[in-house]
Amino acid sequence: MLLIRCPYCEQERPEVEFSFAHQAHKPRPEAAGEPLDDHNWARWVYYQKNIKGVAHERWNHAAGCRKFFNAARDTVSSEIVATYKSGETPPVPESRIEGEDLSFDYENAEGGA
Amino acid sequence: MSQDFRLPAGGRIDRSERLNFTFDGQTFTGYRGDTVASALLANGVHLVGRSFKYHRPRGIVTAGVEEPNALIDCNITAQEKGTREANNRATFTELRHGLTTKSVNAFPNLNFDIGEINSLMARFIPAGFYYKSLLVSTGMWHRVVEPVIRRAAGLGVTDEVADVSRYDGHYLHADIVIVGAGPTGLQAARVAAKSGARVVLVEQDTECGGSLLRDPVEIDGMDADLWVATVEAELAAAPNVRVLTRTTLSGIFDHNMLTALERVTDHLDVQDAADDHRPRMRWHRVRAKQVVLATGSFERPLVFRNNDLPGIMFAGAVETYLQRYGVKTGNTGLFLVNNDMALSAAIKAKDAGIDVTVVDVRSESTGPNTERLMAMGVPFLTNHTLVEAKGGKRVKAAVVAPMNGDGTAISGEMRTIECDFIGSSSGYNPIVHLHCQSGAKLDFDPTTACFVPGAPMGATPTISAGGCKGLFSLNDALASGASAAQEAMDALGLQAAEATVVSASEEAHPGSLHIRHLWLLPTDKPTSKGGKFWVDFQNDVTAADLQLAVRENFRSVEHIKRYTTLGMATDQGKTSNINALGILSDVLGVTIPDIGTTTFRPPYTPTTFGAIAGREPGDFLDVARVTPMHDWHAEHGALFEDVGQWKRAWYYPKAGENMHAAVDRECRAVRESVGILDASTLGKIIVKGPDAAEFLNRVYTNKWMKLGVGRCRYGLMLGEDGMIMDDGVSSRVAEDEFLMTTTTGGAANVLSHLEDYLQTEWTDLKVYLTSVTEQWAVASLNGPKARALLSELCDDVDLSPESFKFMEWKEATVAGIPARIFRISFTGDLAFEINVPADKGMALWTALMTAGAKYGITPYGTEAMHVLRAEKGFIIVGQDTDGSLNPHDMDMSWIIGKDKDDFIGKRSLTRKDMSDPMRKQYVGILTDDPKEVLPEGAQLVNVADAPASAAPKSPVPMQGHVSSSYWSSAAGRSIALGIVKGGIAAGTRVVVLLVVGCGAFDCAGYRQGRYRAERRNADCAYAGWSERQSNPH
Repeated sequence: MLLIRCPYCEQERPEVEFSFAHQAHKPRPEAAGEPLDDHNWARWVYYQKNIKGVAHERWNHAAGCRKFFNAARDTVSSEIVATYKSGETPPVPESRIEGEDLSFDYENAEGGA
Repeated sequence: MSQDFRLPAGGRIDRSERLNFTFDGQTFTGYRGDTVASALLANGVHLVGRSFKYHRPRGIVTAGVEEPNALIDCNITAQEKGTREANNRATFTELRHGLTTKSVNAFPNLNFDIGEINSLMARFIPAGFYYKSLLVSTGMWHRVVEPVIRRAAGLGVTDEVADVSRYDGHYLHADIVIVGAGPTGLQAARVAAKSGARVVLVEQDTECGGSLLRDPVEIDGMDADLWVATVEAELAAAPNVRVLTRTTLSGIFDHNMLTALERVTDHLDVQDAADDHRPRMRWHRVRAKQVVLATGSFERPLVFRNNDLPGIMFAGAVETYLQRYGVKTGNTGLFLVNNDMALSAAIKAKDAGIDVTVVDVRSESTGPNTERLMAMGVPFLTNHTLVEAKGGKRVKAAVVAPMNGDGTAISGEMRTIECDFIGSSSGYNPIVHLHCQSGAKLDFDPTTACFVPGAPMGATPTISAGGCKGLFSLNDALASGASAAQEAMDALGLQAAEATVVSASEEAHPGSLHIRHLWLLPTDKPTSKGGKFWVDFQNDVTAADLQLAVRENFRSVEHIKRYTTLGMATDQGKTSNINALGILSDVLGVTIPDIGTTTFRPPYTPTTFGAIAGREPGDFLDVARVTPMHDWHAEHGALFEDVGQWKRAWYYPKAGENMHAAVDRECRAVRESVGILDASTLGKIIVKGPDAAEFLNRVYTNKWMKLGVGRCRYGLMLGEDGMIMDDGVSSRVAEDEFLMTTTTGGAANVLSHLEDYLQTEWTDLKVYLTSVTEQWAVASLNGPKARALLSELCDDVDLSPESFKFMEWKEATVAGIPARIFRISFTGDLAFEINVPADKGMALWTALMTAGAKYGITPYGTEAMHVLRAEKGFIIVGQDTDGSLNPHDMDMSWIIGKDKDDFIGKRSLTRKDMSDPMRKQYVGILTDDPKEVLPEGAQLVNVADAPASAAPKSPVPMQGHVSSSYWSSAAGRSIALGIVKGGIAAGTRVVVLLVVGCGAFDCAGYRQGRYRAERRNADCAYAGWSERQSNPH
């Protein structure tokens, strides 16, 4: 049962007030300006980084202020290293425990189409 | 029966209070302060149960929560029913007046159990026997094997009467939680208390003291009793400290969320417990900043042939029964040890006048305890093994022999020593359960041959101290208790007052064990021959089972555990796991740390379900949302259906009606006169702001910019993946305000979805969202008489079809209540949805019912609503769609605004796969037999693949499934909706098939007041409905 600090409410609140909202800082590919083919669009829609280590995640204070915010969470220990408002720069970088490449390239991600 | 084995004096029992109890029908007495186990032993009863698989006679082996054998069924209070609880550990069940206890798994009785024949059959029920039994034919398994296994195996029987006890839940917040109030925990609490931190000390036993309760040494020059009392008084005087005894800390979850079970009345005499006003148990949920674990250690037994005979116990348990309960385990004892510490039990036994022999498996035994025993004249055999124990329902003798140097074989004459109990010790296991539950790892300490806590887990830190850290000397334990408290205070930034330094008399607790690892004692025959070497008593797992599993090529300890069921019983292997790892390491030829341990999971000891449910069983288990008209529905006999947390009226059966008849009647009323539905549960969201129209335009697939004030429009909402997420009608309330409706179950998700885009993608849009689901009550009038009825109650709005058109809404006064009337329809019939403030909902409903009486107004529930909409082919998101269906699949391409710049899901919809004509598509389905109502969820197959005349030989390709299916009184036959591969184009691919739109009831839309012709009304396949397509508006 996690304790999560909502950066808007500025309080630690129990996990039941929040809902998980997937990977943070995943820019929409349209923003890059280049048209995407079907295959790569599907990768953007369906693929996530799935980091073992500190990951940037989106959370929603669903039963509280309803704001979406970001958290840096260690996915192994569930330690919440930091939480910060949408639009803010992450105070801690992502890091994979086993030292894998952190960049997520949806155009070349492995796995079935 | 008299207490023949009770010592004349000593122990912590209150001899002035005699307690009567029964065991398997026989009456016994014990004293206040006894456990059921100690009272039975005082009466000379060792045989207390039959084992799980072989029905072996079993006795008490421990004096604590780790007990694997002595499971009893007992009554909790004096009430007649609903108070029996199975599988209580007799060693942890406090004796009280009026307790009736029973052994478990014995048939017909404990002394004569026909299941014991399983022992003779043992070679046919080896490790993995259960899995191997699955290799017989299915019929054989169901008819013969399973019933036999179910009858023979198992432990206590659950009481089938509902538990009458009350339970409570409690939240606690603490700076430092200390688990265990033995010397370590008491010392930690004493130090922590002085810092002013909020301290909670949790102890599962009836009183504080831990190991001091059985071994009253001197601490700080005073008796242990006095020392404990002094510390307790200090803690009681500190306002920042709370001590919870009879409380088991059962689980550690993320971020130090702890659960603790407090037994409030279980120690009371059963009549007092029945009368007590308090809850039976409290389930504490504790949020702790720091956790100090001082949980101590468990002794483990040595493994030898027939080591499960009643009378064979752990050495420490013998000592506890002597010292704490004043009970002799027997008159002639043999102690079998591999370490120094366990020898203190032999000393205590000799002091109590028991004939004692010591068999020490070590080649040399030179510690102070050994010297003392020798000085007492106790026969002391070193470098000896116990070849086998002899006896039936009680141990009678032990066969011992000298061993060779490496302890692998016997090397001399065997001889028999008579005894009526054996106390055995193979060392100690720190109780690392909570440490491991926190996610932290273990290290193996070869000098003490046990796992000790490794580095703590970052997000859920715990600090171990004392015995559970592998510190077996009392002075080390006391010091580590103080330093653990200091560490916790440092982490909290708290200053400590100077810690009181304490020390104990050293000789009683040598600390170093000088242990010799011998996991399986050498004997004269292989483990598979002769009597068994028991490792897990509760699940009847033997050394031979483990060896067999390895021969059958199981390597991972997690696999061996599941294959042999080792450590999977209610004691979770507390006494067996390390011995099993030792035996496996010998067979596999790898070290114990390389094998690793299995996972420690909460709860630490079995927990009563009632306590976890607390005050929220039954109706309180989940929130029930009810509409303002709920009481009316209930009074008029409605049955309810759960939709999310909502209770929705399902149908309203009249006397003698079954569901079918009631739904049929309700449907007919809507088609022929007027029906009324409570639609208050639909999600309602106000979308307000200068950019409200633009916002809707982006979240729905169709166009919204030009919708006029006072108009309504149906919208379909997609996810980013292009799949249908929700639908509903939104109405323009003002230039800058819309009222959006969502499905009942999807309301919360839709609001989050909208907030997400608003907050993170479209921060430039000026829009606010407000949920008003519970602010409005909605009564929906449906049917040809709806207008006539409504016009009787509403005179400030012209309801004629010319001035109040389909898909419009107006402010009005209905029955004197300010209302919003929406001309929208989910039944295909003329409909008015009347919205009033929630607190006026009941008034509106009763006014409509009264005025509607002359029209035969009929309340209808969700079932009729489903039938009526299915007659129209309208989808229900979540029933007909499943997150893998897009608008094309549902034959709703018409709702996609082709020339819109963007909307959520637009890019995904353009993917080639999304318009593949062979996707599963939404169709209407008619059965050949009009009376047959297909089950929802039925699989659809091609006739060619599965002709009705022959049973299909192999799996038949699935073409789709039925998502909605009903009897339609309007059609006079069954109707169904579902998805079929390529269904829209194919027409005849499946057994029976009807394309939505072409066969739907009133497909031209006349009845609901839609004047323009439906684009697909050309070939109505179902003639039976076409004659009803008159225009009734």
